Amino acid sequence: MTTELPPLETDQDRPLRVLPAPSRLALVRQRLAPVVLLIAVLAVWEIWVRWDNTPRWFLPPPSVIARTLVNDRALLAENAWVTLREILLGFVVALVAGVSSAIAIHASRLLERALYPILVASQAIPIVALAPLLLIWFGHGLTPKIIVTALVAFFPITVNVVDGLRSADRELLNLLRALGAGRWARFRLVTFPTALPYLFSGARIGIAVAVIGAVFGELVGAEAGLGHLLTLSAANLRTDRVFACVAILAALAVCLFSLVAVLERLVLPWRRFLVAAQPDA
Amino acid sequence: MPASSQIGLSEARRQGERPPALEIRDVVASYVEGRRVLPVLGGISLAVEEGEFVAVVGPSGSGKSTLLDVIAGLIAPESGEIRLDGQPLAEQDRLGRSAYMRQRDLLLPWRTALDNAALALEVAGVPRREARERARARLPEFGLEAFADAYPAQLSGGMRQRVAFLRTVLAGRPLLLLDEPFGALDALTRVAIQDWLVELLERERRTVLLVTHDVDEAIYLADRVVVLTPRPARIAHVEPVTTPRPRHRPFLTSPEFVAHKARILAALGFLDDGGGDR
Ligand SMILES: Nc1ncnc2c1ncn2[C@@H]1O[C@H](COP(=O)(O)OP(=O)(O)OP(=O)(O)O)[C@@H](O)[C@H]1O
Ligand SMILES: [Mg+2]
Repeated sequence: MTTELPPLETDQDRPLRVLPAPSRLALVRQRLAPVVLLIAVLAVWEIWVRWDNTPRWFLPPPSVIARTLVNDRALLAENAWVTLREILLGFVVALVAGVSSAIAIHASRLLERALYPILVASQAIPIVALAPLLLIWFGHGLTPKIIVTALVAFFPITVNVVDGLRSADRELLNLLRALGAGRWARFRLVTFPTALPYLFSGARIGIAVAVIGAVFGELVGAEAGLGHLLTLSAANLRTDRVFACVAILAALAVCLFSLVAVLERLVLPWRRFLVAAQPDA
Repeated sequence: MPASSQIGLSEARRQGERPPALEIRDVVASYVEGRRVLPVLGGISLAVEEGEFVAVVGPSGSGKSTLLDVIAGLIAPESGEIRLDGQPLAEQDRLGRSAYMRQRDLLLPWRTALDNAALALEVAGVPRREARERARARLPEFGLEAFADAYPAQLSGGMRQRVAFLRTVLAGRPLLLLDEPFGALDALTRVAIQDWLVELLERERRTVLLVTHDVDEAIYLADRVVVLTPRPARIAHVEPVTTPRPRHRPFLTSPEFVAHKARILAALGFLDDGGGDR
């Protein structure tokens, strides 16, 4: 049935409500501010240490740390790769397990009643304290690190996704029901998309704590990794190398966090237009 | 008053045994919250013939939206029966049988205007690409083609309502349940969309149950205007509007129109002497 009806003449030429794009200069200035601050702090540090003649083993100047970063690059890269692998593997396990558990909790009243309160309460427990136990059970290898990393990242992801699934608009779900959408269609079209921003909030927290989890796992006992190298260097008073390890860990954490944030913007383009923001980390 | 709602029925019988597209029989419904029971529909009977346009007016909170929820299959009535095309159907069997537009526009914030308009088609099993093509073809009629890729948060209230309306019409069901579909529209757009609906109904035969606050709109569009009492809602009055459809703007100022309006307002209690108590 073709229906050709006269078009409405309203709103045709009204421009979209789009925020004015900030000028490039303003953007650069905004991005630059923290970098400038960082450089200033490093400069003060450098000058202070040299002027004070602080012993290197106590507090090396940034220039020495930078030299160590270059000279020990092979050693550092090798260990950084070990840690990065632990973080990523643990995070992926947490993501898969977290989203599946959240969906299971959402789907089952029994699980929701029994498991969800425990999950929420367990967020207050310092999971990393389990690391020594895992060392006893699984030894020095990769497994205990992945378990610690996955455990610490699992809780924020799960709890956030459960909250997200719960917050689906009842009226919207009813509308879909009235249109004849089954359980799966309603989940796919409404419930899961509603939970996505919450999933990303959880993932941002998750990736940040995953870094902590991996390093802690290594501190307790390991044969490789930045956490391991850090302990070793500290014992040998190679403070410059300790700082090098910390710098790489910091860079790693920032990169991973930004990666999640970028992914979020790509997957949820519509969020930019919302004025009233939803949960934020 | 049941007498007047029977008119449609007996007419249909005479015309050739077609059962009414929608038949509501003695529907009673309440909301139960804990131990409190709120009776909302106090026994409603109404038959809507295929192709007929029935408007429902009534005081705010009288149960108009609840009535549509019951028909759509979202709420189980305490007693009574709903028949579609003559078949008595349980709630779950009524789901998916009508195109329902609720009072809130209920667009998915993560879908563009186009994808929102295509939603009902997708739910009905039309492949995504085809659903989008069919929705895109209708956007210009609603003045929305420049906004196909805009998200609901970028649209005005009136535009959002037009997207929701398009979604409902595209669902392609013979029974349209419209809950104040033009509420958020400015007067001009409202008239344009009303005319658009009138023309659509000229081309595609659909049965419409329209809830509205606007008595003029009800008389202008409908074959019959049903007036509900305050909660628990019963039918206070049924006003048949016999002027043949489609009607045109001069009808709005005709003496018949004014007479219809007077009777409807009286049934709503607006013309009572001690007016202002409602
Ligand atoms: N989900 C619900 N739970 C409990 N009470 C409800 C619910 N929905 C509506 N009600 C109550 O039932 C009554 C009828 O509501 P309904 O929405 O059907 O009225 P309405 O005629 O559509 O009103 P309006 O014209 O303002 O849209 C109201 O008093 C309302 O408070
Ligand atoms: Mg209502």
